Amino acid sequence: MKVLFSFLAVILLILVATMGAFITNLHYVFGIIIPYLAFAMFVGGFIYRVVKWGRSPVPFRIPTTIGQQKSLPWIKQNKIENPTSALGVIVRMAMEVLFFRSLFRNTKTELREGQNGPELSYGSAKWLWLGSLFFHWSFLIIIIRHLRFFLEPIPFAVQILESVDGMLQIGLPAIYLTDVFILVAVTYLFLRRIIVPQVKYISLPADFFPLFMLMSIAISGILMRYFYKVDLVAVKQLAIGLATFQPVLPTGIGPMFFIHIFLVSILFAYFPMSKLMHMGGIFMSPTRNMISNNRMVRHINPWNPEVEVHTYAQYEDEFREKMKKAGIPVEKE
Amino acid sequence: MAPKVKLPKPEELAKIEFKTPATDWMDTPVEFKPGTFCWGSKEKDLLTLGLPNPRQWSPADEDWKVPEGWETTILEGMAERLSKYRSFKIFMDICVRCGACADKCHFYIATGDPKNMPVLRAELIRSVYKKYFTKSGKFLGRLAGARELDMDVLKEWWSYFFQCTECRRCSVFCPYGIDQAEVTIIGRELLNLVGLNIDWISGPVANCYMKGNHLGLEPHAIAGNIESMVDDIEDITGIRVNPTFNRKGAEILFVTPSGDLLGEPGIQTCMGYLMLFHELGLDYTWSTYASEGGNFGFFTSNDMAKRLNYKIYAEAKRLGVKYIIGGECGHMWRVLNQYMDTWHGPADFLEVPVSPITGTVFENAKSTKMIHISEFTADLIKHNKLNLDPTRNDHLKVTFHDSCNPSRGMGLLDEPREIIKAVCNNFYEMPENTIREKTFCCGAGSGLNASENMEQRMRGGFPRANAVKYVQEKHGVNMLANICAVDRAHFPALMDYWNPGVGVTGVTELLANALVMKGEKERTTNLRFEDLPGKGGNE
Repeated sequence: MKVLFSFLAVILLILVATMGAFITNLHYVFGIIIPYLAFAMFVGGFIYRVVKWGRSPVPFRIPTTIGQQKSLPWIKQNKIENPTSALGVIVRMAMEVLFFRSLFRNTKTELREGQNGPELSYGSAKWLWLGSLFFHWSFLIIIIRHLRFFLEPIPFAVQILESVDGMLQIGLPAIYLTDVFILVAVTYLFLRRIIVPQVKYISLPADFFPLFMLMSIAISGILMRYFYKVDLVAVKQLAIGLATFQPVLPTGIGPMFFIHIFLVSILFAYFPMSKLMHMGGIFMSPTRNMISNNRMVRHINPWNPEVEVHTYAQYEDEFREKMKKAGIPVEKE
Repeated sequence: MAPKVKLPKPEELAKIEFKTPATDWMDTPVEFKPGTFCWGSKEKDLLTLGLPNPRQWSPADEDWKVPEGWETTILEGMAERLSKYRSFKIFMDICVRCGACADKCHFYIATGDPKNMPVLRAELIRSVYKKYFTKSGKFLGRLAGARELDMDVLKEWWSYFFQCTECRRCSVFCPYGIDQAEVTIIGRELLNLVGLNIDWISGPVANCYMKGNHLGLEPHAIAGNIESMVDDIEDITGIRVNPTFNRKGAEILFVTPSGDLLGEPGIQTCMGYLMLFHELGLDYTWSTYASEGGNFGFFTSNDMAKRLNYKIYAEAKRLGVKYIIGGECGHMWRVLNQYMDTWHGPADFLEVPVSPITGTVFENAKSTKMIHISEFTADLIKHNKLNLDPTRNDHLKVTFHDSCNPSRGMGLLDEPREIIKAVCNNFYEMPENTIREKTFCCGAGSGLNASENMEQRMRGGFPRANAVKYVQEKHGVNMLANICAVDRAHFPALMDYWNPGVGVTGVTELLANALVMKGEKERTTNLRFEDLPGKGGNE
């Protein structure tokens, strides 16, 4: 049901895109107005969300410590997973953001009947890590590759990336590795959501929708590159027009392009109001981005509240006689 | 009170069904099965603390007697906390439901109940957040994973936020560091706004507020309990140690959980402190006012935790000590490490802790001026300041349980191990994925160590117990060492249930048994009055 809903939503979007692609009068809307709107919603929404997070303070320093603390000089501190310096935090965050360090720890718990009763075991489980890593890196490389449409001359770094990505040199135009990886990875991420019962149980339409969107974007891109070819010179003209805020609409681009760019636009517009904001959130997560020096440097809570306390004087007033009897010193005789 | 429920046999409890229910989780009502939940907070305790909605109530009743307009109270409470805690806001927004946390929770592993997966436990509150605080939830409702707040939802919160021990294990595996402990803490704060706590938390909190400790020991009782430990120490070692109480001008204030003052094996750990400090000639004092290291306020609300924590610095200041040493306790150290200084600092009336024996300066505590007994002791051992005879522990095959909070809210991992290795000849680690930062909760942390929820405690402790069983079978381990008073209170029952034959001890008890004190008589028993290996008559 949840899967179906998201699937139908994406199908509907594809139909809308197809309509836009085949009605030439709508090309200006689909090729220029919607991408601008989407881009504005993405940037505006992203900033709005991050600012909203940032407006809430971090009252306590609560890093999750995942290794030995700094204490006695001869005890080896884990300087990355229990960092007491800014550098340690930077490395820790880089490991999370670039290599998904925490996901790499993943294990799979299994309960089996052993000789002497039940046995729990925790096997290695790296597939989710691998799938996510392939997906995110491929996505990033594909986005960088797309800079070729927005920049003239094409930066050398982008050209290098392209040639590495296409190094297999199969077919013409050459197949990009990342195109294959992203499709495989997204398919894997989708399949585990419908096959693993626990993951299926927790999944919401909002978990399937982005996966279907990504799939259709990747597929429309691949179709455009290999099967329903579009006029690349015209596409670049349009892209540079958009980037320089002097939009032009060349004729004869080819319908697949409009489908592709519409789906991309929807994803961008949807991004800030969805879980995809984990891209921004990961940088701001207090359990990972804080220095674990709680006992060395005092952390300030901007709203540190006044609270009612039970003072020693009140305590002694209640127990003075009992304290004196037990030989415990008191303030007031 | 309902009649006592029978605890199922271990074989029955270990039959865990991991099948997901046929109905969606939003349509699966919460069940209150006797033996799996704690009693509700008592009227008198909430009155003592001035907390909202004091009344007698029972979770087993249909009517929980929450005040008129409670929905508004909760939603306003959420809004307030969203504006006060970036953690809460981000954790509500960015979860992608990847499921990496799912099978990391001891309660999920041992119940198979999907709402015990940290992701879904958070979703219980996230769904309400979406409905009232996000546009997509407002317009798309259930399609966006949003739902209305009603009484069933509130009961579900109460059930599952008191099935989370705030152990942070899920947070280690989450790619964004989403910490279910943080969500549970806020969830419990919200529940407390309408008077929904559990008795095993609000009772100790009220005790601690008025009398200084969770057990409610009055000053003369504390002195009396310690006096009888002093007598026992004299019987065993021939040495009369001489603790002082509320003494002004002492160099060090010692604060430990009150669980160490009553009942075995807590008292043996406490005897260990007394012997160690006496042997060193340490200039220290106990306090009957700041007589609690732990902080069940932390399981109620951050404000309540702050109200209880106040006593420690206040007493250190009144007595004029130089610094503070804290005893073996779990959540106590999360609070002391990550909260105390922020609440009640700066502790500029204290000095940076320096061991009077070794001269080591504890730079790692230069702001809070409070060090852990294991840090203090490991330093002594490294400098060869203690005369130790580990053969006295030769009858023991020891393993060590990392308590959740010192491991994931502090990182105190190697200090206790250094001590154990110096005082025991037989030490074996449990499997890698169950120790150190990946340690499993004992199953009774965060105030869930009651007796009416015994079945749930035995479930929650199953992953920990199963790892102990592994070393019990492989190496013949017969002693589970730890540095936590809740562990010492809960593990004996857990071990009897899952792994009969495994005892429970504090690390300082092991140390005190091996400690050769100056002028002591030939010891024939350990601190439990059990014959020492090779010394007793019935070997």
